[in-house]
Amino acid sequence: MQKVTSSACEGCDLNKASNLKKLGINIDNNNYVVALAGNPNTGKSTVFNALTGLKQHTGNWPGKTVTRAEGGYSYNDKKYKLVDLPGTYSLLSTSQDEEVARNFILFGKPDVTIIVVDASRLERNLNLVLQILEITDKAVLCLNLMDEAKRLQIDIDDRTLARDLGIPVVPTSARSKEGIPELLQTVHQVATGEIKCKPHRIKNIPKNINNAIEKLRLEIETEYPNVPNSRWIALRLLDGDERIIEAVKTGEFITE
Amino acid sequence: MKTNKILNTSNDLRWQIGEGFHDKLTEGIYSDAATIAQNSVQKKGDEKRFRFDRSLDKIVTSKIWGFPIMILILSVVLWLTIIGANYPSGLLADLLIGTVYPWLKSIGESLGFSWWLSGFLFDGVYLALAWVIAVMLPPMAIFFPLFTLLEDFGYLPRVAFNLDHLLKKSGAHGKQALTMSMGFGCNAAGVIATRIIDSPRERLIAIITNNFSLCNGRWPTQILIASIFIGALVPENFAGAVSTLAVISIALLGIFFTFMVSLFLSKTMLKGEVSSFTLELPPYRPPRFWKTIYTSLIDRTLIVLWRACVFAAPAGAVIWLISNIAIGDSNIANWLIVHLDGFGLLLGLNGVILLAYIVAIPANEIVIPTILMLTVMTASITGVGSGDGVMFELESVSATGDILKAGGWTLLTAINLMLFSLLHNPCSTTIYTIYKETKSIKWTTVASILPIILGFIVCFIVAQVWRIMV
Repeated sequence: MQKVTSSACEGCDLNKASNLKKLGINIDNNNYVVALAGNPNTGKSTVFNALTGLKQHTGNWPGKTVTRAEGGYSYNDKKYKLVDLPGTYSLLSTSQDEEVARNFILFGKPDVTIIVVDASRLERNLNLVLQILEITDKAVLCLNLMDEAKRLQIDIDDRTLARDLGIPVVPTSARSKEGIPELLQTVHQVATGEIKCKPHRIKNIPKNINNAIEKLRLEIETEYPNVPNSRWIALRLLDGDERIIEAVKTGEFITE
Repeated sequence: MKTNKILNTSNDLRWQIGEGFHDKLTEGIYSDAATIAQNSVQKKGDEKRFRFDRSLDKIVTSKIWGFPIMILILSVVLWLTIIGANYPSGLLADLLIGTVYPWLKSIGESLGFSWWLSGFLFDGVYLALAWVIAVMLPPMAIFFPLFTLLEDFGYLPRVAFNLDHLLKKSGAHGKQALTMSMGFGCNAAGVIATRIIDSPRERLIAIITNNFSLCNGRWPTQILIASIFIGALVPENFAGAVSTLAVISIALLGIFFTFMVSLFLSKTMLKGEVSSFTLELPPYRPPRFWKTIYTSLIDRTLIVLWRACVFAAPAGAVIWLISNIAIGDSNIANWLIVHLDGFGLLLGLNGVILLAYIVAIPANEIVIPTILMLTVMTASITGVGSGDGVMFELESVSATGDILKAGGWTLLTAINLMLFSLLHNPCSTTIYTIYKETKSIKWTTVASILPIILGFIVCFIVAQVWRIMV
C-alpha cells in the first residue's frame, strides 16, 4: 500500500512533505529506525498515523498503546522504520508498558527518538523528556497539540526551549497535519548527522550523588568506551534497577 | 570480570549515598523541568478553557452525580442502539435470508448439487454467516461509533476516576477501571491493556475479572433477549426503555461482580498491598465527528464482524453436521440436547442453550443464531425453516420471540440466559490472550473456570428462587 503525496507544489524545496512516501507496514530494508516516545495522550499515535499512513486507533485516554506498533515511511530516498512506543510518565518505574518504552530506547538504539509532548502541559511533560535525554543523544522534540495550546493562550518560545534542551524543537498540530513536513525534515537532519544534538543533562542533583554518578560513569566508560548512555546506566545502577543490573551482567547494551 | 567490578562499585556507592537516591533524582528532574518551562512558556489570558474543563470535571466526577451521569450516558447509548438497530436488522435479514438464500439454493439445484452439499454450504455455512451479519452489524454500527465518540471526547478517564475508589476498596489497582472499560469493547483487548498495571498481583486481578465487562460479542445477545422477553412485558411505548434498563442492570451486575471477585481474590489467592498511582484527566477534546465515525466503523465494527464471520462459518457447518448425522434413531444434536436438558433446566436454562454455548466457545457472537437454529430443530416448529439444521428467516424480533416461546422458553429462561451470557467462560481468543499475558496455565484456568462456576451458581439460585416465588 504505497501512497505518494502529490500536489501542484511537488518538487518545491519549501514543500518538504513532497518527499514523503507513506509505506504503511512495509518496513523492510530501512536505513534508519525512529522511535516515538512521550507521555500518554499527547498524540503519538496521531503522529505515527500521519507519517506512515497506517490507522492505529487513537483514543483520548492514557494507556491506549501498550505494545509497540511499527510502520514505515520514506523521505528523501531514505527509508525509515517508525516505532510507536507506549506512552509513559517516566522511565524510572517498572510497569510493563514503561519497560517496553525504556528498553527500546536503551537497547533498540533508535537512530532518532521523536519525543512527543503536549504543548499545553509542557512542564509536566518535560520530566519524561529529561529522562529520555539522559539515555539518547539523538532526539527531536515534537511540540504537539499546538492548536490546543493556542486556544488556551499559551505561548511557547520554541527557540529558547530548543536551546535549553539542546535538541531541535518542532511545533506541530498532528491532528491537522500542521508541522509534519518540518518534523520530517528535522528527523532526517538528525538521522544523517546534519544536526548535532547537545542534550540537557539533569543538573539539580545534590553534590554527593552527582559525584557518585560521575565516578560510576567513568568506570563504565573506561570498561566500555563505546557505550553512549553511560550516565543513564550509572543512574539506574545506583537506583538498583534489576533489569539494568542484569543487562550489565550479560553485556546486553554493549553488543552492537 | 570487569562487569562485576562495575556492579561492586555501584553497590558501594549506593551504600555511601544511602536511601533517598530515587527521590532526590526525581526532585532534580522536576526542578530542571520547572526551570526550563519557565524560560519558554508564557501564559496569557484567563484560562477560560481550563475552567470549563474543571467545572465539567467537578460534575462528572462528583461523588453525588458521577455515577448517575455514568449510568445515564450508558443508557442513552444503549437505548439509541436498541431503538436504531431493529429496523435495519429486519431489512438485512429480508435481503440475506429472504432473497439471497433461495437464490443460492436454486443456483445449487441448477448446478446439480447433491442435497448434502447444498445443505452443508447454504443451510449450514451461508445461513450462519447471514444470521451473524443481520443480528450483529446494525447494533455494532450504532454502538461502536457512539462509544468511540465518548472515548475521543475524553470521558473514559473520568469513568476510571469514578470507579477508582471502589476498586481500591476491593483491593485492586485503580487503573483496572481503564482496562475494565476497554473490556466493554473487547475482553481480549482489555486483557492486553492490563499491561499498564505495574504490580503483578493487581494485574492478575484485572485480567481475571475483565470477563465481567460485557464485551461487544455479548451486547447483541443481551439487547435481543431483553427486547423479546422483557420489553414485551410492558406496553409498546415503554418497551425500548424497559429493555434498555434490563441490559443496563446486567452491565452493572457485571461491574458488581468485578468488585466482588476482585475483593475475593485479593483476600484469598492474591493477597497484598494496594499500590497507588496518578491518573491524569486529559483535557476534553471535541471529537472529530466524521473521522471518528469512519475509523470506528472500519477499525472496530468491520474487524469484529469479520471475526464473527470467521467463527460463524465453521460453526454453521458444525451445527448442520450434528443435526444431520444420526446416531441410533436420533441425530447428534438431539441426543446432546436431551442429555444436557436436565442440567440445563436445573439452572433455569435448557439443553439447547448449553449446547449453543459449547458450539459457540470460539466466539460469543454466534450464541443467539445457534440457539435459534437448535430450537427450531428440536421443537419441530412448522412453518419456519426447511429441514434439520436450517436456520430460518428472522422477520421481526417478535417472530424470533414466538419461536423461542414455542421452544418452551419462559421469562426465567430469558433472564437466566442474560445472566449466563454475562457469567461464563471467556471466548477462545480471550483465553489465548490471557495465556499469552500471564504465561501461566494455572491462572488461565482460573480465569476461564471461575466465571462459569459463578454463572452456574447464580443461574441455579435464580431458578430455584423463581420456582418458589412464581
